[in-house]
Amino acid sequence: METIVGKQSIQFQQSPHIVSGASIVGKKEGEGPLGKLFDQIEEDPMVGQNTWEEAESALQKKAAKLAMEKAGPSYSSVRYLFAGDLLGQLIATSFGLMDLQIPLFGLYGACSTIGEALMLGAMTVQGGYSENVLALTSSHFGSAEKQFRFPLEYGGQRPLAATWTVTGSGAFVLAPSGGKARISGATPGKVVDYGVKDSLNMGACMAPAACDTICQHLEDFGRTPADYDHIITGDLGSVGQTILLDLARKRGYDLSEQHLDCGMLIYDAEAQDTHAGGSGCGCSAVTLAAYILPKIETNQWKRILFVPTGALLSTVSFNEGQSVPGIAHAVVIEHC
Amino acid sequence: MNENIDQEQKQQYNDYIKQVTPTHNLWAQMAKAFLVGGIICCIGQGILNYASSLGLDKETSGSWCSMLLVLLSVLLTGLNIFPSIAKWGGAGALVPITGFANGVAAPAIEYQKEGQVFGIGCKIFTIAGPVILYGIFTSWLLGLIYWVLKMMGIM
Repeated sequence: METIVGKQSIQFQQSPHIVSGASIVGKKEGEGPLGKLFDQIEEDPMVGQNTWEEAESALQKKAAKLAMEKAGPSYSSVRYLFAGDLLGQLIATSFGLMDLQIPLFGLYGACSTIGEALMLGAMTVQGGYSENVLALTSSHFGSAEKQFRFPLEYGGQRPLAATWTVTGSGAFVLAPSGGKARISGATPGKVVDYGVKDSLNMGACMAPAACDTICQHLEDFGRTPADYDHIITGDLGSVGQTILLDLARKRGYDLSEQHLDCGMLIYDAEAQDTHAGGSGCGCSAVTLAAYILPKIETNQWKRILFVPTGALLSTVSFNEGQSVPGIAHAVVIEHC
Repeated sequence: MNENIDQEQKQQYNDYIKQVTPTHNLWAQMAKAFLVGGIICCIGQGILNYASSLGLDKETSGSWCSMLLVLLSVLLTGLNIFPSIAKWGGAGALVPITGFANGVAAPAIEYQKEGQVFGIGCKIFTIAGPVILYGIFTSWLLGLIYWVLKMMGIM
């Protein structure tokens, strides 16, 4: 069996297994449709800390510890961490994971980071460079709003296409064996820019990247959407979903049967007033841990394509008039 | 599609995005803004009338009106009530002096954790800064025009 597949994909020969997944979310996420499925709900938005950034770090640390705990004692010796968040210079990650004293690869792929972490972790395990690794990401509504938009107390109106940053952290222990889910393949994504400059319509910014990665994945593996129980994007939201389905149709793929979006699953858009859906590094990570992974472990879903999506912008690039390119990484997760 | 797309395709995509992106109903937004802005103005007028009834002159009454509205807005910002009013009322809450007060109070609260100098000191005007700078600049410019016109004997 080939390891290098098609133009940009990877097929894992000894599929690294996802031994455990842990999810910790904030109050709003806990009140959402997936509320009962999360491992822990933090009622305090500050998580007992003094700042939003420290709160996000605390979430990451808790999720990391919980994932290792859930994996059991035989997997507790995690050798490497693959982690990231949305904040400048990855401070939520570095300050959150520092106490674990485990070598860290800090990753940035905006909200697609969990995909990047999972595939790099899987490559490390399959390559024999490590037995157990931990992949995790986090986001926090407070820290993200402060960095990318306005202080929380500032009054303003959000457009209907805007998404709501998920407060939460999701963590996964990957190992050569164990557990009921495995990563059988991956398609790392390219930076795709369709020239959208509206940073509050991130679904429109990221949908072309999601489409590019999904179509390339299907071509590389010679599969059709029907080969998957679901194709699940990270945080396109309702606007991004419409666009993705249209773009994919133009390339000859009908994804409407299989497509789900973590951002649309995590909130009740009407009742929770989140507009287009959830977003952030934590969005896809906690949805994978709490909702998707259990479905695969119990064999309700046999094979899914998990495609977290990221919008690659900073306040500087935005103010300097740059467009908002997107990126999406696809990971194949199967029951075993 | 695998290659970087050209300007024309980007334009087409942006046009397409406009079609599929939902927007707020302009008329409903305007009605809400009118209502909220109107209420704030009524409160202001109420303060003015009361101050005048106490025998204060027009200018002093105006100062009290501004100060009390700013105080009210800052209090509501601190209690995290103002964002809900602004979300509902839009420009109706943001255009009056209440919006300006909120724009200064919100960063003060948020950046307090980054210290008195680099936090509050440097960042308190991140939102209101442009209004202050260009407000003062415009007054200076108008003053200059006024002075020139006066020198020329036109005014």
